[in-house]
Amino acid sequence: MAVREVDIDFSQDLLDYIEVWKEKPGNLIMMLHRIQEEFGYIPREAAIKLTHLTGVPLAKVYGVVTFYHFFKLEKPGKHKIQVCMGTACYLKGGEDLIQELENLLGIGVNQTTEDEEFSVEAVRCVGCCGLAPVIVVDGEVYGKLKKDQLPEILAKHRGE
Amino acid sequence: MSTVNVKINNIPVEVEEGTTILTAAQQVGVKIPTLCYHPDLPAWAACGICVVKIEGSPKMMRACATPVVEGMSVITHDSEIVKVRRTVIELILSTHPNDCLECPRNQNCELQRLAAEFGIREMPYEDRLRDLPVDESTPSIVLNPEKCVLCGRCANVCQVMQDVWALEFIGRGDDVRIAPAGDINLEDSPCIKCGQCSAHCPVGAIYEQDDTAKVWEALRDPDMHCAVQIAPAVRVALGEAFGMDPGSIVTGKIYTALRRLGFDSVFDTNFSADLTIMEEGTEFIERFVNGNGDLPLITSCCPSWVDYMEKYYDDMIPSFSTAKSPQMMMAAMMKTYYANKIGIDPCSMFSVSVMPCTSKKYEITRCEAMYSSGCQDIDVSVTTRELARMIKQAGIDFENLPEEEADNPLGIYTGGGTIFGATGGVMEAALRTAYHLVTGEELGNVNLIDVRGLDGIKEASVDIKGTEVRVAVAHSISNVTKVLDKVREARLKGQEPPYHFIEVMACRGGCIGGGGQPYGATDELRNKRIAGIYQDDERSEFRCSHQNPAIIELYNDFLEKPLSHVSHKYLHTKYTPRPIYTK
Repeated sequence: MAVREVDIDFSQDLLDYIEVWKEKPGNLIMMLHRIQEEFGYIPREAAIKLTHLTGVPLAKVYGVVTFYHFFKLEKPGKHKIQVCMGTACYLKGGEDLIQELENLLGIGVNQTTEDEEFSVEAVRCVGCCGLAPVIVVDGEVYGKLKKDQLPEILAKHRGE
Repeated sequence: MSTVNVKINNIPVEVEEGTTILTAAQQVGVKIPTLCYHPDLPAWAACGICVVKIEGSPKMMRACATPVVEGMSVITHDSEIVKVRRTVIELILSTHPNDCLECPRNQNCELQRLAAEFGIREMPYEDRLRDLPVDESTPSIVLNPEKCVLCGRCANVCQVMQDVWALEFIGRGDDVRIAPAGDINLEDSPCIKCGQCSAHCPVGAIYEQDDTAKVWEALRDPDMHCAVQIAPAVRVALGEAFGMDPGSIVTGKIYTALRRLGFDSVFDTNFSADLTIMEEGTEFIERFVNGNGDLPLITSCCPSWVDYMEKYYDDMIPSFSTAKSPQMMMAAMMKTYYANKIGIDPCSMFSVSVMPCTSKKYEITRCEAMYSSGCQDIDVSVTTRELARMIKQAGIDFENLPEEEADNPLGIYTGGGTIFGATGGVMEAALRTAYHLVTGEELGNVNLIDVRGLDGIKEASVDIKGTEVRVAVAHSISNVTKVLDKVREARLKGQEPPYHFIEVMACRGGCIGGGGQPYGATDELRNKRIAGIYQDDERSEFRCSHQNPAIIELYNDFLEKPLSHVSHKYLHTKYTPRPIYTK
């Protein structure tokens, strides 16, 4: 196949993993998981390299990557903001928080700020509905949140 | 094969084991409506319009994907089933723009036909239209994802039949759409422009680029000499667009129609197919007998195949015939030999080709060699479907037209030229002439049946005076890759090539099944078009390209001999590796 050559390094671990999995059924998802583990997302160069290593067409790789929300095609920011859109948080104004984050950061869901500091994603119930609406920043939970608290939270994490 | 007995709406029928409910119903005259199903492709069961009830089963099943079993009793139509089908259609319509009047598939759309058959008079659901950009990046086809009904035919054709993998379902749920991998357009994808997606799309989501306006403009320009050529496969398919039987040979009517449209010179690509055989046949002898060049020799008439080879098999470039396609050879001769003969400047000639093919639109500018006359050799290439529209617009009663002849000298052809339209035809024509070039004698029986028909890969061995020539013919790219992998393997092992000569066509059935032909191709229809092609061959005065008197004259007056310096200048081309996904 004459897919163009790419310049991206896979760790030996990842290469070994692909070697083991490339002939097995259901392999594509497994290999993509490991790539995302290594890079934090699926860089296009990595997807192309995977087609070289396995012979799986790039269109199929993208079919799978875009089907599962878990896989990311964009490089995530240094700080990951997860806005809960479970039923309780949704009713308590989860969407308003997303809107306010867009005002403050200039990015929507599944996007990363230009300075690569923050990325925003919408997630399913994080399991503390009593605190709705909730956001999680770098694993830290903020509950009963009002949108005017967001600038302070962003400033705190930006400094870290 | 064993058979099973089933009942369709209480009508007993005996069918082969493994037959689907859909096919069994057809055999007793029951038509179950379908949308995503296409006989060329594996059942995808995406749309759910073909649901039926099976006695003893609690749920409705999809007739396209459910095989019958002994004793099965099926109900295909009752008020409940029709209601479900109706709901499915209404839901699809709620996501589909209702601008039928401006749609390229108006009156030729499978969704529109279903809506008419079900008597849809109002839309019970709120519109959920999607605002997605139209992809017009290739010169051949247009992808309008707003109109897509997500039946999956195009992706299936692209992946299963063509092994190209330009298109895939991207995204999920409400956001799913048909697109290339990543944020790139079709031009930057592996797309080979074969247009099979457009030929299989049930609606107006993928269609040919319409270039008819450019042709009309040239026809209206009194200072322009408009010359046209028609490809072999057009003559056995155009009639379908006017309600004639598939396979009807309408060559003479097409010549008449083209003159009535206003063309000054009407030529036939069959002539340049004969010319291709002279060049390619001689090239084969040069490689096979004299050992000058790579074996196997691989044919290069099909621009989608050329594009595929440049993308996926660039290591085989030395095996490729350097001969241009008949379309491009004709254009070069029109704007040099013929322009000179009638004393006009090639750049004041407007050259149009009518092709069964969307990829020919790409070919006309694919490299420098396509400008051999000093200007663009072909100005516009239109598909069979576009010509049908032009004829209708001009108010020409096609079916009742008298039959005229093409113009001299680029309109004279042999049976060898006409069979280019069907899979195996180029090989057969080449062997008829190669035999003569090697032995100086004519082949006793010119019918090489082994290379004809719809088998995906055909192999044959031909005896030329004690020397065995091994040939292979493949059509549909998924078959082609199997043949080429065999050649690659032999090469890697240092073995003799498994074949000396390979013919490749990207589309199933060859050009008669091209992506620009009238809609509705199935194997049954392809076979009818193929029968028309061989009928045209059999009734030809000359059956072998080297016997064409106009070709002999062309070499005497202008080209000297096959593979001469002049031939190389006008009739041959070069190939370039084109790595994919550079974006």
